[in-house]
Amino acid sequence: MTWLTWRQFRVPAATVYAAIVAILVVLAITGTDLPGRTDYSDQEVLYGATILVLYLLPAVIGVFWGVPLVTRELETGTHNVVWNQSITRKRWLTTKMGIGALAAMAAAALLSTAVSWWAGPIDAMAVADPGSSELTRMAPVVFAARGIVPIGYAAFAFVLGVAVGILLRRTVAAMAVTLAVFAAVIIAVPFLVRPYVLPAAVDTVPITESSIHQIIGNESGVIERITVSQPAGAWMLDNETVDAAGTVVSPLPDAVQDCVPRPDRDAGPPNHQTITQCLAQLSDMGYTQRVTYQPASRFWALQWIELGFFLVLSGLLTWFCFRRIRHV
Amino acid sequence: MTVLRAEGLGKKYKRRWALAGCSIDIEAGHVTGLVGPNGAGKSTLLNLAAGMLEPTTGTIEVCGGVPGSGPDQLAKVGYVAQSTPVYTALTVEEHLRLGAHLNPGWDEKLAQRRVERIGLDPKQQAGKLSGGQRAQLALTLGIAKRPELLLLDEPVAALDPLARREFLSDLMESVAEHGVSVVLSSHLVADLERVCDHMIVLVDSQVRIIGDVEDLRATHHRLSGPRRDLDTLPSDQQVISASHTDRQTTVVVRTDGPILDPSWTVGQLTLEDLVLEYMSNPVTARPALEVLR
Repeated sequence: MTWLTWRQFRVPAATVYAAIVAILVVLAITGTDLPGRTDYSDQEVLYGATILVLYLLPAVIGVFWGVPLVTRELETGTHNVVWNQSITRKRWLTTKMGIGALAAMAAAALLSTAVSWWAGPIDAMAVADPGSSELTRMAPVVFAARGIVPIGYAAFAFVLGVAVGILLRRTVAAMAVTLAVFAAVIIAVPFLVRPYVLPAAVDTVPITESSIHQIIGNESGVIERITVSQPAGAWMLDNETVDAAGTVVSPLPDAVQDCVPRPDRDAGPPNHQTITQCLAQLSDMGYTQRVTYQPASRFWALQWIELGFFLVLSGLLTWFCFRRIRHV
Repeated sequence: MTVLRAEGLGKKYKRRWALAGCSIDIEAGHVTGLVGPNGAGKSTLLNLAAGMLEPTTGTIEVCGGVPGSGPDQLAKVGYVAQSTPVYTALTVEEHLRLGAHLNPGWDEKLAQRRVERIGLDPKQQAGKLSGGQRAQLALTLGIAKRPELLLLDEPVAALDPLARREFLSDLMESVAEHGVSVVLSSHLVADLERVCDHMIVLVDSQVRIIGDVEDLRATHHRLSGPRRDLDTLPSDQQVISASHTDRQTTVVVRTDGPILDPSWTVGQLTLEDLVLEYMSNPVTARPALEVLR
């Protein structure tokens, strides 16, 4: 069975791996002179591309490896051939899904390792220099394009493709559904799952002139909220002003609304110091800033948990595939 | 020994019964033809026997086991599906390799010999074979695993008359050589007449008749004579079909006994006529004369 699986799988596998090798070459060439720099703004395009590629890889694997695994056999009628050799469907599916899932996970591991290495200096600078515009690797978008999480995504997308294929029995429809479901899952997980898998750290920080990071107002000039600078490299979940009782205050109290200069078209932007001085009064009035976040130190813990989450999901889908294949 | 036994076998797709109340018993060593109009349930029956489908009602036992229940059971049954699918991207050689890898009982010599005799180029991609060659390749896969029972679902439907004859005579050779039991379906009696010694006629998802081809020929008679009421026929004569003109009555009857009534002119039926009579007359009850007028 291994031979047949390999014979059927070699072209799609070679295509994806060839693309990965090409990406590795580009990263190897450009990555060597990244360490030690302080400005990576010229790498923006490549940096964005590395993240994009790590989201595309599982999608491609799910759609072009996972879906056709069963649907192509059903559409061409070859399931009649292979399921009537002296081998059970269970063993047939075990071999095909086993080899496919391993290849998917290996591809993701390879690409993720390369990208994590390439972007290492940029990630480090993002933590060291909070004023830079770079995202840290804890940022939701970056997090799933680093470390071991992509392995889980690849396994999940592959098994999802197989499962949807078995369910719908038609390649094109199954490809579309797989893509939609995968996109929904990777969008939902950073919002609905990742923030809650570990209890977030909560800090209460005094509002001072130096700690104020952002001032956010609405169109009519009312200051809705402010944020304070976050712990280095952390993933900020909430950054709110609270009163002495711990209730969130938004918009900010009238006392500070009045002392902040309104933007004036002729006078140019208001003096930053004037604003922060004004807002720092909040501290005297008993207000503090409450920050809820996942600290940078939890990066690997969160990575392992998310990998585990996706492997469990993949396991459940695999179980479903084996249940259904008996009645296809 | 029984190679295929079905009892009350039925298969329902959503709302439609593709096969219902099917009870058959096929002894080993026979070539059984499964004939019936399109949609009569031939493929369903073969798919059930191969374990590709699961029955809705009743039971089916093939070579002493539940179809598709395990590697041993799968090894006993060869199945060539309708339109003889093959892996289009794989070469002829690779198909044989596939067979060798997936069947412990694979007969490599037999497979090689067959491919050679049919004149298939081992390096040829299966997708580029002609319909006849593809059917032969599919049959080779089915035979070389050395099954006890070979199921063929309309294997010659897509072939031209010459390829049809070649395929069937080749099948017969293999059957004679290896003593494998065969069940093959077709909607053309002519195809089956040449190769089958047993016949099952399926009409409207039900088994209409099953039996030895010679017996069927010997026990069915076309009787024609002066117009008369069918109720006057002896009770051992089962009316399959009847037609009347103003003066004449023609009936096809099935009986084990001789036709003694001298007023009948007795004619023999070809197998094709016989099957067609069953197909076109789905009612088994003896019909009243008035109804048929």
